[in-house]
Amino acid sequence: MDLQKFLPIKDTIISYWYFSDYFNRNKSLSTIIIKPAAIVEVLTFLQLSSSFRMNCLTDIFCVDNFSEFYRFEINYNLLSTFYNERITIKVFLELNQSLESCSGIFHGANWLEREIWDLYGVFFSNHPDLRRILTDYGFDGHPMRKDFPLSGYFEVRYDDESRKVLLEPVLLTQEFRYFDFISPWENK
Amino acid sequence: MKNTELLNIFEASSVSKNGNLETNDTQLKNFWLNFGPQHPAAHGVLRLVLELSGEVVERADPHIGLLHRGTEKLIEYKNYLQALPYFDRLDYVSMMVQEQAYSLAVERLLGCSVPQRAQYIRVLFAEITRLLNHLLAVTTHALDVGALTPFLWGFEEREKLMEFYERVSGARMHAAYIRPGGVAQDLPLGLSLDIYEFVSQFGYRINEIEELLTNNRIWKQRLVNVGVVTLSEALNFGFSGPMLRGSGCIWDLRKSQPYDVYDQIDFSIPVGVNGDCYDRYLIRIEEMRQSLSIILQCLNNMPAGFIKTDDRKISPPSRALMKHSMESLIHHFKLYSEGYNISKGESYAVVEAPKGEFGVFVMSDGSNKPYRCRIRAPGFFHLQALDFMSKGHLLADVVTIIGTQDIVFGEVDR
Repeated sequence: MDLQKFLPIKDTIISYWYFSDYFNRNKSLSTIIIKPAAIVEVLTFLQLSSSFRMNCLTDIFCVDNFSEFYRFEINYNLLSTFYNERITIKVFLELNQSLESCSGIFHGANWLEREIWDLYGVFFSNHPDLRRILTDYGFDGHPMRKDFPLSGYFEVRYDDESRKVLLEPVLLTQEFRYFDFISPWENK
Repeated sequence: MKNTELLNIFEASSVSKNGNLETNDTQLKNFWLNFGPQHPAAHGVLRLVLELSGEVVERADPHIGLLHRGTEKLIEYKNYLQALPYFDRLDYVSMMVQEQAYSLAVERLLGCSVPQRAQYIRVLFAEITRLLNHLLAVTTHALDVGALTPFLWGFEEREKLMEFYERVSGARMHAAYIRPGGVAQDLPLGLSLDIYEFVSQFGYRINEIEELLTNNRIWKQRLVNVGVVTLSEALNFGFSGPMLRGSGCIWDLRKSQPYDVYDQIDFSIPVGVNGDCYDRYLIRIEEMRQSLSIILQCLNNMPAGFIKTDDRKISPPSRALMKHSMESLIHHFKLYSEGYNISKGESYAVVEAPKGEFGVFVMSDGSNKPYRCRIRAPGFFHLQALDFMSKGHLLADVVTIIGTQDIVFGEVDR
């Protein structure tokens, strides 16, 4: 992909790189890291610019880089069915930093942003309907964060005696086992 | 069918700001209806909160997550091979295609190549999977709309296809057959012949289903002009697969960004014109016919050779080799306890699953477990658009639209 094409948004770009064998053998993909505040601007540009025509937002997802200061890495995958090209946009956020919603540009982003809010607790401003989506009604916490335990905190069961659905702290009959088979000699 | 007459009646009375209808002396309130999660036409555990004005849908709010199992979180605690069976359980009617997506992502991370025969076997079974999925999609759609017979016929054929699954992997559905580096085992003797026999008769089975549906007056009344999506809307909502092609976009990842041996296979992509449910039905039928042709080409062109990569750090040695080679025994033990470590990096693989673009993003931190595994499920995007697709339609058309979207909750909820 020609770098010249990124010129109109060059102030927003922090860094970029290419993968030659990222999506498949024939297609190269470029990844750009941009400033969080510019996300809507960049997406609008990529959608409308005649040299990109990224008409489809295929995915938004988050990665929790737990040990780093810029903890949340939000990835936007864009696809141009016109040029048969893909671009990934990365945004790095610190804890409690919010991001502007792009559901006004790509309607498909609505649920994706709800999912990230639900599972990671990254807040999207200007989102039309930022409710939880995958977890239970009344769920507390953001389960995909690395500091959230795999077994969770509460379990739900139906109690026959009181004829109610009860929410109780998780009680494991067998201790949670985490098998670490990594060889102590190789790696590191 | 947009019920314009009914809408006109409502338009005659004034609509207040909160969406309730007000006439001069009476006040009408919109009706809220819970559709599911136990409704048979909800295709699983979909809770749909519908706002109805009479029988016309004003707003549809799908509540999902009732089948959320936290697959992505669970995968972070499993090594690369142990994570594979989770992909069968996402969209539980198109199992092997998802294994293929995951395997491709891991292979790209490892930088390992897959033998030609394994690639052909993968494509062969990916197309068998497409048949499995489309048979279910079309026939349960017909069932929802009121035609029971295609369902009974289609499921007999699915049973035969699942037998192929069983013969090659030992499991009828959750196969765990396509693995990083190749496939688990070679095709058993006689399987190719039986697949050929199946393929040579299956065209007639599609004809039978088409005889019942394609020109059926009731079927067309329920499907034509229902759930119309324009091309720009489809792209904007992130549609893929038959949902996108139904709106006239010539887009199939098997052609545009080919993986495995799809670039060596000749097939065509059916594309719709009107973007309604009927077009999408026709596309699914035609895709089944194309799959038959792909399966035949795979059977004819499949070379002899290895079925998984020769790298012993990635794929296990044969059973026989383990009996007299100490090194093989060690490799086997290490592979099934520690697994393999992948150096730091990330990779993304997309495949054309029967429902649309299925993507897997794998991020490695250098250990033997994925640091992050993101699953891009096509159904999630389609279900999101249910609100706009069903707006202004009758309640019965919501069932048609859910059917045409081919929703499976395993992948939507993950």
